[in-house]
Amino acid sequence: MTEIAWIHAAITAARPQAIGALLRYFRDLETAEEAFQDACLRALKSWPQNGPPRDPTAWLILVGRNAALDGVRKTRRLEALPDEAALSDLDDVETPLAERLDGSHYRDDVLRLLFICCHPDLPATQQVALALRIVSGLSVRQIARAFLVSEAAMEQRITRAKARIAAADVAFETPGPVERSERLAAVIAMIYLVFNEGYSAGDNGARSQLCDEAIRLVRLLLRLFQTEPEVMGLAALMLLQHARTPARLDEQGQAILLDDQDRSLWNRKMIAEGLALIDKAMRHQRAGAYQIQAALAATHARAQTPADTDWAQIDHLYAALERLQPSPVVTLNRAVAVGKLHGPAEALALIEPLAERLAGYFHFFGAKGAFLLQLGRRDEAQAAFDRAISLAANAPDAAHIRQHLDKLMRDSAPPDRRTAG
Amino acid sequence: MKERWRMLYTLLCYNSEDVVFSWSQEEDDAVMARLSVVHERLHREGKLGPSLRLLPTTAATTLRKSDPPLIIDGPFAETKEQLLGFYVVDCESLDEALEIARELGRANPGGSYEVRPVRLFVPGASMADRPTA
Repeated sequence: MTEIAWIHAAITAARPQAIGALLRYFRDLETAEEAFQDACLRALKSWPQNGPPRDPTAWLILVGRNAALDGVRKTRRLEALPDEAALSDLDDVETPLAERLDGSHYRDDVLRLLFICCHPDLPATQQVALALRIVSGLSVRQIARAFLVSEAAMEQRITRAKARIAAADVAFETPGPVERSERLAAVIAMIYLVFNEGYSAGDNGARSQLCDEAIRLVRLLLRLFQTEPEVMGLAALMLLQHARTPARLDEQGQAILLDDQDRSLWNRKMIAEGLALIDKAMRHQRAGAYQIQAALAATHARAQTPADTDWAQIDHLYAALERLQPSPVVTLNRAVAVGKLHGPAEALALIEPLAERLAGYFHFFGAKGAFLLQLGRRDEAQAAFDRAISLAANAPDAAHIRQHLDKLMRDSAPPDRRTAG
Repeated sequence: MKERWRMLYTLLCYNSEDVVFSWSQEEDDAVMARLSVVHERLHREGKLGPSLRLLPTTAATTLRKSDPPLIIDGPFAETKEQLLGFYVVDCESLDEALEIARELGRANPGGSYEVRPVRLFVPGASMADRPTA
């Protein structure tokens, strides 16, 4: 790795902690960000000459803080601090200073920074943009491309978000246990939002980069909160979902259903890490929605072929999710497992009570049509598929249902053969 | 011919996880490609035993060999104890790995085992017939 590449990697890695610490001093996001940028510029000048410091994060915090204070002093015509050239080779000075600067605050600094990005005053789109800009350090151009908006529009979105943060009441004291766990829950939700922005984008390169960013953020969170099973669950969930990315789309960019994916394309490294993390989380026996969803993804990941899927486990996990977060969509998902385990009649009985609440839901009619078709109730199946197509939000969804319909049209076999499916 | 005294060494790899996990896929691939040149030569010379790349410390669990053993999420973090050896065990689950760690701990109390999943395992040349100290 070249020196410059190493410096960039070190700066990227140091970013959340350094900006978090600078935010604690200056209590202002704009100042903290500028101080960090300043420190990075000085690092690019100083490190190749003087060699990298032992603790790059502490160096960046210290130099950033001094640069910002220096700016304040200059405007107030006060005495300037010694410059960074004098600082950078004082290895002995660096360590105790860094300890005084940081110490036990490290964890709460990073959590505060992440929490500010998902402040309840911010709409979801601004939360994600702000986190990517401030914590991940993506450029406005990169974020704009990921969201398919102009750079100017994204610049404006981030500026607005920062203005709202500046106006909002942000607590800088060390949080108590209740507040810390509330912050953690908000941050977990924001990170999953970043991930889903990328995941739903399909083959758009700039957007799917968001999945990697979200995984990087959750690893950061997991290092800070090593014993939180829901953080492990979220990390596992994202790794297991992202592992399927190489197999999710066909050459036309259309979604391939889980059953039809080429499982040899799944990323084994991510699956290994995801399985290790969900194993770890489950030992705590403190169920949470992310853990259950990760366990569902893990059950699919463990199956070598679709036929090997442990449907009893899937049924069990969806039932657990139903208890934790009752929702007709979760019940609908459970019905698929029930259908595989006990047949289409039982699955249909499970989803029929949902008809009213899911009257506008594409997947409800897709699943209903499939169960009816398996039962040989062709006319009703066709009606359900027609309804599904009218509700399809995108071309691949509609195309998938059309395949069922085409099969229905072609199929002129007697009912006993038609029910075999 | 005179038998030369041989010694097996392990090279334990340390680096900043933050930095290594900030590498892009291209950077990671480039590092692995450069390493594989060295690996291949060492392998041809019969000098390379098993090599491993570990999953990050966030995937680690530590078993402290107290009585009863204490299981802690996260990597081994003490600085008063030193790395003295390691095992590679083939398991179905973390629970099984921890059970093996418990059993080993009963045979050899004191200290800790950090249980860390392996990301990449290259068996290398067999070293079973090498004399060691």
